[in-house]
Amino acid sequence: MSTQSTTAPARERPAQGGPPRSKKSWRDSDATAATVFAAPSTIGLTVFTVVPIVMSLVMSFYNWPAFGERSLTGTGNFSALLGSPEFRRVVLNTVVFTVLYLPLNLLVSLGLSVWIATMRRGRQALRVIFFVPVVTPIVANVLVWKMIYQPNGLIDGIGQQVGIDMPNFLGDPNWAMIALVTMSVWQGFGYNLLVFSAAIDSIPASLNEAASLDGVGPWQRFRHITLPMISPSMFFATTMTLITTFQVFAQPYLLTGGGPGATTETLVLFIYREGFANFALGMAAAGAWVLFAIILVITALQFLFQKKWVTYDV
Amino acid sequence: MSEQLVTDRPAGRPAGQTRSSAKKVRHAVSATLLWLVALLFLAPLIYTVATSLKPASDVFSVPPSLWGKEIRWQNYADALDYLPFHKFILNGLLVATAGTLITLVAASMSAYAFARLKFRGRNVLFAAFLATLMIPQEVLVVPMFSLMQEFGWVDSYQALILPWAFTAFGVFLMRQFFLTIPQELADAATVDGAGKFRTFFSVMLPLARPSLAVLAVFTFINYWNSFLWPLIITNSVEDKGTVPLGLSLFFSQQGSQWNLVMAASVISMVPTLLLLVMLRKHLVSGIATTGMGGR
Repeated sequence: MSTQSTTAPARERPAQGGPPRSKKSWRDSDATAATVFAAPSTIGLTVFTVVPIVMSLVMSFYNWPAFGERSLTGTGNFSALLGSPEFRRVVLNTVVFTVLYLPLNLLVSLGLSVWIATMRRGRQALRVIFFVPVVTPIVANVLVWKMIYQPNGLIDGIGQQVGIDMPNFLGDPNWAMIALVTMSVWQGFGYNLLVFSAAIDSIPASLNEAASLDGVGPWQRFRHITLPMISPSMFFATTMTLITTFQVFAQPYLLTGGGPGATTETLVLFIYREGFANFALGMAAAGAWVLFAIILVITALQFLFQKKWVTYDV
Repeated sequence: MSEQLVTDRPAGRPAGQTRSSAKKVRHAVSATLLWLVALLFLAPLIYTVATSLKPASDVFSVPPSLWGKEIRWQNYADALDYLPFHKFILNGLLVATAGTLITLVAASMSAYAFARLKFRGRNVLFAAFLATLMIPQEVLVVPMFSLMQEFGWVDSYQALILPWAFTAFGVFLMRQFFLTIPQELADAATVDGAGKFRTFFSVMLPLARPSLAVLAVFTFINYWNSFLWPLIITNSVEDKGTVPLGLSLFFSQQGSQWNLVMAASVISMVPTLLLLVMLRKHLVSGIATTGMGGR
């Protein structure tokens, strides 16, 4: 038995004046109960998370077809990936998507959350409205936008009406990525909007009132009160959004199929195709580790630079 | 200083009569604009519902119009019948409900152990739990497929449910809640003769209902919407397919029948919208304390 489990309860119990026998059974039952309580999650996480992680590492060093003979290739998968122009293109596409998506998402969600906070009525309703596409199935969301972007679809239809020639958003290499980002921002920013709303709600009203009566304008109040007060939330939102943005899949899979050409082929789409269209599971596993490495490096960088702009104590 | 200014406020009011009415106008304009933005934001969803009620011939009418010549409710019946879409709904409900129940039980039990029981290696184990949160789903799906092959679970319900039912996220959320319950409550139950298990099930769990509800809603929605994993593990979509899979199959087969595709989309959104409305009051606080997993 551990020292921790014997000393800590013993310190608390005497106050209750329990007899020594009950003290002992309390201790014993703690360890027994803990085993039973923690078992389902621990076993589940071991089988369905730890084992797959180890498997994934092993697989990435193998030529591992979904069906048939496996053979060790060492770092073959990784060097094949890093040497392949297709893979570099896919990484570049994912970076481009992120560079466009992240600032847009943050700008829209921050702007709207600040705007909504100035409302006297309907704040909750507005927040729920902007959150709707976050919870509706992404497949449904994507299909709606496919119809909006289509030739003769909503945008093109309106364009024809007013006499503007609309491009084929999903078929034009110059527009496909923009269409993808726009749709993704629409469906995703409601989440960060709620994160920022929660942070704004927790700013003491007296701070803004005092500044306002001192003649500080709205922009200055935003710049010097709101922004520093919600900077921890902005850090959280930026970090989480970056991680999920690198994993974008359903939008390119359904909206453009990665096309036209390979202009919207993203990393996860590539991993999916390698694994489950080409059945090269080893290659897919290696691709997934490259993705994970990129995410880790970026997250680490964010944590390093957070001191420069995140205010934790006001 | 701020206190003094705040108390000064009512006195300053009458002087700025015109100024405050100008402020009122500005606020009304701002509110109107904001609601217009919200309406524009909802336009794609309004368009979805409108299209789902149009006859096929009116879908791409020129000029574009919100409503067709008639409101065609039949689209919904057709969509449900065309593929076994009702089957996708039943599968989706089964998978999401089972997954949510398992998640709630497993997460709350281990969360209680981490929050309120003392055992050796508790902190190390909890740190290990948290570390699994960093692994993106994409790293897991490839080996998970091989694991399911080993288990002989490819194309099964348990493969849709079990792999994602044990999340450190739920454990973390519930642990944060149990930490807020005073230890005295558990002690009182113990003094009254309740064992660890009685204490958990009849004292702790009832108290945890609000947190359990938040976790349940987010878990259910994640299961209901999940796309990548069902796409990988389900071969017989017509038999084991969930709603997103069914939708994408429907689209690939009937992509030109937009009115039916949109009817199916609306159907797929309904459960999530109902849950969102139920949770609306706790949405902001729920997000603040949990952060729903990204998609």
